[in-house]
Amino acid sequence: MTLDRTVAGPPATDLPAVPAPRSRRATPAQWASQSLTMAWRSLVQIKHNPSELLDLSIQPIMFVLLFTFVFGGAIGGSTDAYLQFSLGGLIAQNALFLTVYTATGLATDLQKGTFDRFRSLPIARSAPLSGRIMGDVVRQLWSLVVLLAVGVALGFRITTSPLAVLAAFGLLVAFTVAFSWTSVLLGVLARDPEKVQIYGFTVLFPLTFASNAFAPTQTMPDWLQAWVSINPVTRLADALRGLLVGGPVAANAVATLLWGVAFAAVFGPLAVWALRTRV
Amino acid sequence: MPPAIEADGLVKRFGATTALAGASLSAAEGTVLGVLGPNGAGKTTATRVLATLLAPDEGRAVVGGHDVITEPHRVRSLIGLTGQYAGVDEALTGTENLVLIARLLGQGRAAAKARAADLLGQFGLGDAAGRAARTYSGGMRRRLDLAASLVGRPRILFLDEPTTGLDPASRNELWGMVRRLTDDGVTVLLTTQYLEEADQLADDIVVIDRGAVVATGTPDDLKARAGAAVLQMRPTDAGQVAVVTRIAAELAGATPTVDQDTVSVPAGDDGLMPAVVRRLDDVGVRLAELTLRRATLDEVFLALTGRRAVDESSTDSDSTTDRELV
Repeated sequence: MTLDRTVAGPPATDLPAVPAPRSRRATPAQWASQSLTMAWRSLVQIKHNPSELLDLSIQPIMFVLLFTFVFGGAIGGSTDAYLQFSLGGLIAQNALFLTVYTATGLATDLQKGTFDRFRSLPIARSAPLSGRIMGDVVRQLWSLVVLLAVGVALGFRITTSPLAVLAAFGLLVAFTVAFSWTSVLLGVLARDPEKVQIYGFTVLFPLTFASNAFAPTQTMPDWLQAWVSINPVTRLADALRGLLVGGPVAANAVATLLWGVAFAAVFGPLAVWALRTRV
Repeated sequence: MPPAIEADGLVKRFGATTALAGASLSAAEGTVLGVLGPNGAGKTTATRVLATLLAPDEGRAVVGGHDVITEPHRVRSLIGLTGQYAGVDEALTGTENLVLIARLLGQGRAAAKARAADLLGQFGLGDAAGRAARTYSGGMRRRLDLAASLVGRPRILFLDEPTTGLDPASRNELWGMVRRLTDDGVTVLLTTQYLEEADQLADDIVVIDRGAVVATGTPDDLKARAGAAVLQMRPTDAGQVAVVTRIAAELAGATPTVDQDTVSVPAGDDGLMPAVVRRLDDVGVRLAELTLRRATLDEVFLALTGRRAVDESSTDSDSTTDRELV
């Protein structure tokens, strides 16, 4: 009896919710909807594991407090003056650190077989990745707001316009999304979510500290200054400073975006290639 | 009617390792095809090729009437996949896991929730629907994974070692679910290391080893050829092993194997044990041990291929290879 249903052909009339076999590929609208669903999936995890929100908040708060009160007076003359200088750098550093989430999540999906499940579905090939990155952008924004709020509570003064602050948000998101490609590659290559953190921070600590994020460049040795002046973290930090407390913006913002394009151009294809090879 | 699953001469290499060496198989619509083989035989690779996760180096495969290489999207709209490693998101609840899949498949919010609730109920997970999957037992996780593969009402279902690592009760439960699906006309390809599982569920079996098909047939065919059960005898007097071996060979019509003092012989029919006992009694042989047990996969392999499936030392490295590469 029930056999007839399948023999007769695809979904019978009692199955209204399921579309008939789909057309060749996902449309842009389907891609957007699938990516948003994936982003929802990445964020709904926070509901069950609220401590993740704490993780997203504690590290930036800790860095602001430590740098301001431990190094602030020595580096900047006073904690107030230092905070005006360092918060842009802290925001840049924190944003880069957060991209490791993308790698951890991807490595977990690959290890647990969740990624295979997604790949067996008739959905856009890129939706699992784009959805994850969208979810991580929300984490970025949350962390950014926490950082700014703590900074302001400690005496940080935004001296520009709301529009400039929005531009700072936009620049940060644009750069971190492009930079996420390095994280995607890391997530694919690491194979093990536990190792992602180790590899990630091995690269990110020197990258973010060998910049002018926390200390002005003048006292550094020449060879280091040469690197620091081109380090994307320096350019991003300077652009954020410009947008939050005033100063030159255009050149730094353009340099930051060019770095973003470079990261995406190099690591994007590498990550996609690694993912194809891996799975 | 064309077969629901058809593969012809599939070859897949990973560097120096050949995971598939020209495997061909076919499953008629509405049937269960059991793919039986040891670890590292190429079962997972074959499943992944058929489920469009992996492109073969050679050969072709048609699933639900669509070529897996040229029309993967169409194939994906017809299939469900449950892997060896349950592909559920452990941070999400049972409901959320299923809603996620339903939404990805284009169902509306309400329809997705209804479908999730329906499936969770069917799979006995209604009470655990709101709990994170990481709190589930192994059996519950596997059931959730199976439910996730059914959200889109697939006509063709791939189950890659669905019961590996499950306790007997959970395994029986899962078997029942597979039977209900086939009652509804779903075509199932099931890989397994267990002869018993293939025997219980499959209409047809292909036995694969080292990436190639070494035998095909119905469970009855294969049992007739390989012996589903093994009669094991150990004489009290070790000097009588030769006598036991000769009598076992004569009555079973097969060549017994001798391990220390224990003689094992494939038992094709139920009459073998009483016949052996009577004959041994007649010639005055006393047995310290007499066991009728199910044949192991290794014994089936030995009977079908004339050689052992995998030796102990290579089992682990093979399974690692399977996981890492496949």
